[in-house]
Amino acid sequence: MRALKPSWQAVLAVLLCLIALALGAMSTTEMAASAQPSSPTAYPYLGIKGLMYGLAVVAALLSMLALAPALEALVLCVGSTAVALMLVSGITGFEGTALAPYFLLLIAAWLLGWRCVAVLSSIKPSQRWISTLLRLVIPALFGAWILFLWEAITRGAGIPFILLPPPSAVGVRIANTLPVLWADINQTIFRSVLIGYALGCASGFLAAILADRFVFLRRGLIPIGNMVSALPIIGVAPIMVMWFGFDWHSKAAVVVIMTFFPMLVNTVAGLAASGHMERDLMRTYASNYWQTLAKLRLPAAAPFIFNALKINSTLALIGAIVAEFFGTPVVGMGFRISTEVGRMNVDMVWAEIAVAALAGSVFYGVVALIERAATFWHPSVRGG
Amino acid sequence: MDSLRSKIIPVTTILLVIVAIWYVGAMAMNAPFQRDMDSRNNATPSTMEFIGKTLSQAKPTLPAPHQVAQNFFENTFERKITSNRSLVYHAWVTLSSTLLGFAFGTALGIVIAIGIVHVTTLDRSLMPWIIASQTIPILAIAPMVIVVLAAIGITGLIPKALISTYLSFFPVAVGMVKGLRSPELMHLDLMHTYNASRSQIFWKLRVPASVPFLFASMKVAVAASLVGAIVGELPTGAVAGIGAKLLAGAYYSQTIEIWSALVAGSVVAALLVALVGLAGRLVDRAMGGRPA
Repeated sequence: MRALKPSWQAVLAVLLCLIALALGAMSTTEMAASAQPSSPTAYPYLGIKGLMYGLAVVAALLSMLALAPALEALVLCVGSTAVALMLVSGITGFEGTALAPYFLLLIAAWLLGWRCVAVLSSIKPSQRWISTLLRLVIPALFGAWILFLWEAITRGAGIPFILLPPPSAVGVRIANTLPVLWADINQTIFRSVLIGYALGCASGFLAAILADRFVFLRRGLIPIGNMVSALPIIGVAPIMVMWFGFDWHSKAAVVVIMTFFPMLVNTVAGLAASGHMERDLMRTYASNYWQTLAKLRLPAAAPFIFNALKINSTLALIGAIVAEFFGTPVVGMGFRISTEVGRMNVDMVWAEIAVAALAGSVFYGVVALIERAATFWHPSVRGG
Repeated sequence: MDSLRSKIIPVTTILLVIVAIWYVGAMAMNAPFQRDMDSRNNATPSTMEFIGKTLSQAKPTLPAPHQVAQNFFENTFERKITSNRSLVYHAWVTLSSTLLGFAFGTALGIVIAIGIVHVTTLDRSLMPWIIASQTIPILAIAPMVIVVLAAIGITGLIPKALISTYLSFFPVAVGMVKGLRSPELMHLDLMHTYNASRSQIFWKLRVPASVPFLFASMKVAVAASLVGAIVGELPTGAVAGIGAKLLAGAYYSQTIEIWSALVAGSVVAALLVALVGLAGRLVDRAMGGRPA
């Protein structure tokens, strides 16, 4: 058992810290201030510069001691996050003045964060709840680091606001415009998407049952359905807007068309999924077509149907948002995105996209939860 | 003969039924406007004349199939391909950014997949985000990418291709991760007994095993890439491309133009998917694959 276990990330982080220290001033204001020591002016990291370097180096060195992996990950996580937070908060008011040492320290902190994730992913826990926790924590850390880097780079390098606003600005914008965002969600999600989704999936399902009943219909429809899935169906949006007007009806119509075929194709595939043995068993019970369908073939098709429902949850959102680019009343996510882009309010666009992403994930998550509850017998859910 | 009975006849029948429904729909949807016109002109056409007129309006609510076909034919074959009314020209504009984006997207997807398969950290941290990002309506950022890049002076092919890249790299990355992991333990063990190095296992076992997955996901990616290019053309002010054609048609209610642009988009999509499928089959045969 050795006392040291060096990792390239930690070594590189220490090296970067040393180079950054040697380079000196972290921002142009600091450089100007140290050029004229007689007239003290405020500059970023006035008091906490040493603390930041110290934290980074200490965390890096500690992580190379032979610690328990959990402890090592904790040290790295705390160290890297604290440094990143101090970096991000310290630059406030001095955006765009950062010099090379700022970015070197940022990279050092990021390397420590990477090392932390690497340590965490190498842990092979015995208990189930720990592995579940790790499965959530690791991606969460990764996501947090993307946000840190985004924030630190946009603000440190002073990237123009319209090009890429920092996430904090987007967050502020979300908090300030909640009523508008809620009205957009109400229009796009609760009207266009949900109604169109329900109608499209239901009609696709019914068509699949029909296609299952009549072999001729199935042979004709399935090749067409497969073909249609490759086509840019979204292009019917302008036609639907002409037919059904600017309000949500036209968007719901686009969503119906987009969700119909995936449902049809998947359900037909699912209805063929039950085995011969089971079907023979049903025949020995003298069950008719509908009994076999309800008691054997539909339950067996459930995983396929839920797969279609999941695919459609994303398609429905895309369809509704893009259809709104072709004309809407003055509310709706697609409308907001296209008009705010025109007015160069990029933070509002990002806020709307964040909300759309959240809505998409929640929608998908709800369908996935219903799937777990409905197909509890399936091996992929039982984890057998 | 078998494929004729089990495929071609049913598919043709269904297509004929769709065309018939389309004609009936065109008559029904165009009738109110036509009745309006007739009553204004004090015309009293016979039923057959009336039906004929509903199928030959200049800006019908639903154009009849033959009107779309005629417009498509005119704009595809009878115009010079450099003319900006030619569908070939618009299709080419869309196709070029589709292909560029598809090439970038496929390359990026493969690189990410290789990273995920070989680096555990990436697998545990990046993979969940890639899967989660499938649930996000990514197309929503298309207008912003176009406008923001135009603001800093990047216009033309690149922004549209970026959107296509964005849409096409997810299927490829996910498919390739599955494909590179598809070799069974037995095969991996065999490579170990040969004392194969990591790179030898990669090139001689994982890569060949992933090829079918690559082409399957490339089919999805190329379709997504075309959708990305079309949507990417919407906010550019309708200059050129199939998406621009759709938008222009929507502005001036030229329904026949919209429909023929849609047909052009569908033809391009079908060609692209068929080409990728063909390439997949050729590669499969060149690698010694036998029909299962």
